[in-house]
Amino acid sequence: MGWKELPRGGSILEPGNSESRYTGDWRTFKPVIKQDKCTRCLRCWIVCPEPAIYIIDKPYATSSGRQFKFSVEVNYDYCKGCGMCVEECEPKAIDWVEEEK
Amino acid sequence: MESVLKITWKRLPLSSNFAIAQAVKDSDVDVVSAYPITPQTTVVERISEFIANGELKAEMIHVESEHSAMSAAIGASAFGARAFTATASQGLELMHELLHIASGLRLPIVMSVAARALSAPISIWGDYTDVMNARDTSWVTLIASTAQEAYDSIIQAYKIAEDPRVFLPVMVAYDGYAMSHTYEPVYVSEKADAFKDYIPKNPQWYTLNPDKPVTIGSIASPDWYYEFKYQQVVAMKNAYDVVKEADEEYGKRYERKYGIIEEDGVEGSDITFVTYGGIFGTLKESVEELRKKGEKIGLARIRLFRPFPSEDIAKIAEKTKALVVLDRAITYGVGISGPVSREIISSLYSRGIERNVYSFIIGIGQRTVTEKDMAAIYEKTKEMLASHEKQKESVYWGVRE
Amino acid sequence: MQERYEIRWHGRGGQGAVTAGVLVAEAAILDGKYAQAYPEFGAERRGAPVKAYTKVSEKPIYSRSPIINPDIVVILDPSINKSIYMDGLKEGGMILINSSKSDEEVKALIGRSDVKIAVVDATHIALDILKSAIVNTAMVGALVKVVPLATLESLEKALHETFSKKVADLNYQIVKTSYEKVKIIN
Repeated sequence: MGWKELPRGGSILEPGNSESRYTGDWRTFKPVIKQDKCTRCLRCWIVCPEPAIYIIDKPYATSSGRQFKFSVEVNYDYCKGCGMCVEECEPKAIDWVEEEK
Repeated sequence: MESVLKITWKRLPLSSNFAIAQAVKDSDVDVVSAYPITPQTTVVERISEFIANGELKAEMIHVESEHSAMSAAIGASAFGARAFTATASQGLELMHELLHIASGLRLPIVMSVAARALSAPISIWGDYTDVMNARDTSWVTLIASTAQEAYDSIIQAYKIAEDPRVFLPVMVAYDGYAMSHTYEPVYVSEKADAFKDYIPKNPQWYTLNPDKPVTIGSIASPDWYYEFKYQQVVAMKNAYDVVKEADEEYGKRYERKYGIIEEDGVEGSDITFVTYGGIFGTLKESVEELRKKGEKIGLARIRLFRPFPSEDIAKIAEKTKALVVLDRAITYGVGISGPVSREIISSLYSRGIERNVYSFIIGIGQRTVTEKDMAAIYEKTKEMLASHEKQKESVYWGVRE
Repeated sequence: MQERYEIRWHGRGGQGAVTAGVLVAEAAILDGKYAQAYPEFGAERRGAPVKAYTKVSEKPIYSRSPIINPDIVVILDPSINKSIYMDGLKEGGMILINSSKSDEEVKALIGRSDVKIAVVDATHIALDILKSAIVNTAMVGALVKVVPLATLESLEKALHETFSKKVADLNYQIVKTSYEKVKIIN
């Protein structure tokens, strides 16, 4: 795009357009949440800078019989693989898995 | 023009500062943010009086520095408000980074600058060093030479700034003290909303609106930044025509106009003086005296400093034999150190016009300049011309050895 | 009346020389004349107490240079060094001085026979009416009597633009008194 087409002064006219910018291909490692071990404390959701941790409206029952009304999942379209969630996860419920490229 | 709103004028004794305050009121400005600095202060003092007594419905934002003053003006303008601020000297310097932001964001802010010298040593008096230091900030810059012109220029400035071909901030400069504090007759509008047809409020620039969100002030990577800067190059170029049109229309509606360069008696003159700001008045009276003795002298006053009117100055040069440029600022470390002299020399050189251009530095830090100085500068120029002297260094007029 | 008058005011801080200069210009402008008024600034101030300038003309005034050769000098404070206020006064010009001294003493003080000398006891007029020694408006009243630069009506208007009603009224009373009392002594 040349100077004639670009919005003046670098303004961005389309709100929320970062959605169309996938940053998931930056990763070397990816976080994988073990749903059975996850306590739904949402620390990962708080610390994720992207944010790529999504709260999903999907009930889950653990093998020990705990009932959760929702699940926590990583959106790999946007997760840059920074590993902050892995570092912060108290019950060690997030695995750090090398990407296959 | 079919429907011309007739304005009834009242003739008031006003300083340029008060004339500007009056123009801000008559431009129906929405937001004024400012920090006091001599010799600008009475501009915003008078505006606060207008707001306090209900003559102007505007928000006055008291800030703690000029940096904040310009920041607040940027915020207001980005919201779609008609914004104004005023400053001088150190205040303009403190604003400097924001000057680039205001123009980079393409916000049509108008600012008046009572041109003043810079510290150190401290000088509260007038010269144009502050204005010239803002040269590369992409602000359209007008320089007025009377209180009347200061008034008219502020109103024209909104017309220029808010034109979609421009969308750049506009600075209206005038002499600190020699104009800011001099009372003289000024015609101002009798009615406050007299200019609403000339400068209707209809923000066309990108504005912050929750119903239609935009991002203003994003980052631009090396792949994009250059294009945005080139947009400013084009906007500045466009500003030349827009300044001209705004002035023409103002002239048609209100019977006062100034042009890009005010000139008098240039055709067939031996020497033409070029200057800017209030000192032009003193020059004019002294040249009138010299002409009575048969001297063929032209006069030119640069009203538009940015964009620089290279074509106009080239035309003037072609009608005269030599130019004397009186600058009230110094750009250090270069032989010809008058900022406007340098612009003129480059304008002529790139057009292949060969004229002697003599650069004189005058009125630094309000060093007194009288008609006698003007006559003596003229004599000195004649000597230089007669000896076919090529000037490699500006003449620092009146500096004590 | 000549086409243009250039007036230089000499006072000390607080006497209102700058305001006096502005008042005369304001009144002249309201009368439809051209005028300029400004305080001193720049290098010409060296060694001097407060100076202010007023130009009044039938035609537009362009020059912004300080007045070097005034037609009229107005001295608010006679204790200012004579060499300062007499500097450059035009031949055939006028000097208006605030003094309670005898005519002979004033003539001796000025010591120039080519200029007209006008005297008014501005200090006592101001003290009587304003109970304060701010002499500027008394000098303004005297000045417009000896040289018709502005009308009293416009001066009254200008005073009301500048001051609150009470202060403006008192000052206009000073202007009128001084207008009556000033006299040319040579």
